[in-house]
Amino acid sequence: MKTSILRYLIPAASFALLVAIFVKGLGQDPREIESPLIGKPAPAFSLESLGDPAWKVSSADFAGRPWLLNVWATWCVECRHEHETLLAIAKEDRLPMMGLNWLDDRALALRWLTQLGNPYVSIAFDPEGRTAIDWGVYGAPETFLIGADGTVLKKRVGIMTPEIWREEFLPLLAKAAKAP
Amino acid sequence: MRLAVLVFAACLATTALAIDSGPAFEDPALQARYDALVNELRCLVCQNNSIADSNATLARDLRREVRELIAEGRSDAEIRTYMTDRYGDFVLYRPPVAPRTWLLWAAPALLLLGGLTAASVIVARRARAARNDPSTLDQDADPS
Repeated sequence: MKTSILRYLIPAASFALLVAIFVKGLGQDPREIESPLIGKPAPAFSLESLGDPAWKVSSADFAGRPWLLNVWATWCVECRHEHETLLAIAKEDRLPMMGLNWLDDRALALRWLTQLGNPYVSIAFDPEGRTAIDWGVYGAPETFLIGADGTVLKKRVGIMTPEIWREEFLPLLAKAAKAP
Repeated sequence: MRLAVLVFAACLATTALAIDSGPAFEDPALQARYDALVNELRCLVCQNNSIADSNATLARDLRREVRELIAEGRSDAEIRTYMTDRYGDFVLYRPPVAPRTWLLWAAPALLLLGGLTAASVIVARRARAARNDPSTLDQDADPS
């Protein structure tokens, strides 16, 4: 009697377990890969400014306060989709946002900003993608939150939305502001 | 016939050429290290390709990094660390053996062991049943 129950229970339980694993896997976005940079010092860079090659934009520019780094390019369709949100975040004026213009053309990038508006305080120009590799960038748009002490607190791969800003970034920012 | 030979030659040519216009190194030993490394680094844009196979811009840039790091004299382990520091273990097609990947590495052996255990239990049970009542053996072997 006991073995006959087990005979049905074991396959049924294994099947249920398998289904649970598959359902969990389906809910995950395979494009979202956890960044090893979280909690580590932000990779340093000093690049030409997009607007003025004589001007240098550096990762130390906003040292001592939290800041955002947004990776974008004119060839990136989703960057256009998130642009509205970036402008809104800039308007909130909570923290400075730096742009990292990735593998792009200077003239095209400047035209994009004239047409769509400029949410960035400064923009680093990275046409060879070397700084992007140091930051583990693999798909624009990407947005990093860097704490006042220079550690990377958060990385978002894909478009920034008002919901993600409110629910995932702002609480971290508030926590970082409270910490000594 | 000549056309067929040409087409055949053209097919050979595409497989012989690397994705870049030429070999990365003239030194065959360095080239061999380069080939091995780019084939075990995953392209994060098209996740089922290695950076050797992928035409994505990021793969091209990462091949350039590997080439330059080899030229600088860095070891294979240093180059792998360079990549995982930036992109995490995901960039390696062969993840390191660490406490968090023990289950991953042990999974094939565990599954095989589970299958063998199940099989031996079933075989033992049938053998016992057959000894006690030989007619069950006939039933199993020939359902008609």
